[in-house]
Amino acid sequence: MKNKTKNQCGRKGERIFSNVCVLPSLLGVMIFFLVPFCIVIYYSLINNPVLKEFVGLENYTKLFSNSAFTKAAKNTAFFSLVSVPLSVVLSLGLAMLLERNIPGKSIFRTFFLSPLMVPTASVVLVWQVLFHNHGTVNQIVEAMGGHSVDWIKSSNGQLVIICMFLWKNLGYNMILFMSALCAIPKDIIEVADLEGAGSFYKFIHIKLRYLSPTILFVLILSMINSFKIFREVYLLTGNYPNDSLYMLQHFMNNTFNSLDYQKLSAAAVLFALLMIVIMAVLLIAEDIFGKDVEN
Amino acid sequence: MKLKRMSVNRRRKIFNIFVFGFVLLAAVLFLLPTVLTLANSFMTSNEINANYGAMLSNMTEDKKTFISTNVNLKFIPDKVTFDQYKAVLIQNSDYLMKFWNSVWLTVPITVFQMAVAILTSYGFSRYPNKFKGIIFFAYIILMIMPYQVTLVPNYLVADTFGMLDTRLSIILPAIFSPFSIFLLTKVMRRIPISYVEAAKLDGAGEFKILTKIYIPLCKGAIVSIAMLVFIDYWNMVEQPIVLMREPTLHPLSVFLSQINEKDIGLAFAIGVVYMIPTVLMFLYGEDYLVEGITYSGGIKG
Repeated sequence: MKNKTKNQCGRKGERIFSNVCVLPSLLGVMIFFLVPFCIVIYYSLINNPVLKEFVGLENYTKLFSNSAFTKAAKNTAFFSLVSVPLSVVLSLGLAMLLERNIPGKSIFRTFFLSPLMVPTASVVLVWQVLFHNHGTVNQIVEAMGGHSVDWIKSSNGQLVIICMFLWKNLGYNMILFMSALCAIPKDIIEVADLEGAGSFYKFIHIKLRYLSPTILFVLILSMINSFKIFREVYLLTGNYPNDSLYMLQHFMNNTFNSLDYQKLSAAAVLFALLMIVIMAVLLIAEDIFGKDVEN
Repeated sequence: MKLKRMSVNRRRKIFNIFVFGFVLLAAVLFLLPTVLTLANSFMTSNEINANYGAMLSNMTEDKKTFISTNVNLKFIPDKVTFDQYKAVLIQNSDYLMKFWNSVWLTVPITVFQMAVAILTSYGFSRYPNKFKGIIFFAYIILMIMPYQVTLVPNYLVADTFGMLDTRLSIILPAIFSPFSIFLLTKVMRRIPISYVEAAKLDGAGEFKILTKIYIPLCKGAIVSIAMLVFIDYWNMVEQPIVLMREPTLHPLSVFLSQINEKDIGLAFAIGVVYMIPTVLMFLYGEDYLVEGITYSGGIKG
């Protein structure tokens, strides 16, 4: 009897050890993220670091009338809203294609993962060759009778960036989906086959249900990665790109260089709030879709 | 009946051939930039200029007349040479120094972040309680925060501790980034409690359970998460340009873009050199990457 309680709750020393394990990370997060972020919230509510007068939400309202900020926010939102769902759908599609009985699967897998190996700056260089005014893509366009297009320095820039994002991230997302597809119990599919279910029915009612946790995971991963697209844009076009490629990180960097901490802090707090809202929505979605998988 | 089945089989076969063709095409497109970088790194600078010269903005007028205005993709060099590599590795120490800058940033970040992650994930997955649940949840929120949000906090801390313009300003916050904790905790929670109980019966303490059961069982996940972390920081751009004003400390990932504008041939060769660590990692760990995080569904689970 005594032994049993010991196994379930653990001796006090053991529990303390597991708590102590969390401590270093907790301390680090406090020092490097939590406490400074509270200071950032404070900064976003005062007028300047010298006078330190509370101005309420003035910094926030100023932000919304700032054209650079609204432009950056719009561009970033557009990019994420297009590229994240696309990357989920396309990588799932690729995974399902590779699930079929085709030769050379593992080699294909390596090919699709290869973008992870290439340094971002080299990729950008290749992309510049492809999308240059007199580059490969325009040569193809002209050969087919079209007019050459300025890809990078125009509103088409978003398209180039989206391609780049998909190219880089599809491979790993595809891997995640492939292992999730493998984990779907074979007998359920077999039963559905016996009962004469079509492949569309099987996809919607069986596969998609089992895949929903992975879809959520890939969604979050893609979202995190989509905010890192600044790297490619920065390496492609520098600090002041074409209007359509002016991302939030550009705004942050340029505001940072002009030492306008109030604007910067307000933008950071706003962005954080938005992320919390998105996360809440995803968690609710997980509760709704996740439960029927477990049963 | 028999006939019908045969036609279904045949249709499936034909469909599979289409799928194969499509996947092959996509795979070639995915591999293209890698191959292009590699092939072009062996070209002579004349050949590079002839093909890509139009991209260089600082070309003098008389030179411009010699080269084509088109930018041509070229895969097979007319003459294979190692000149670009000589220039990168021997003639100028600048590039190698930047390469070491990258190593000195990325390796400590990866090693220590993984150490912290293993310890913390173990703590999270053993004896869960309400308090730990709340912290884990907070970590998830922190994990999805883009660098646009954490940039100012990072700067404030670096400024307060006098770490600006040093590597520590980037390394220290990165060590405590919760991304790897999130992934590893989810893997560790799947370890059957019976393994732990069996070890306990044999008299293993908590530390032994961590080193002899948890770490070996999670080896695949640990390797693949470490690879993801390494690749992410190997390509970092945001942190150095904000936290380190001194370009001599910048990693090659930032510096590469400046070379792109100056000397394309060199840029290809440096790109290949910069690829070596990640390629080696892939050769070692691709299987782990493929199998490592197999049950990575959901957020809380």
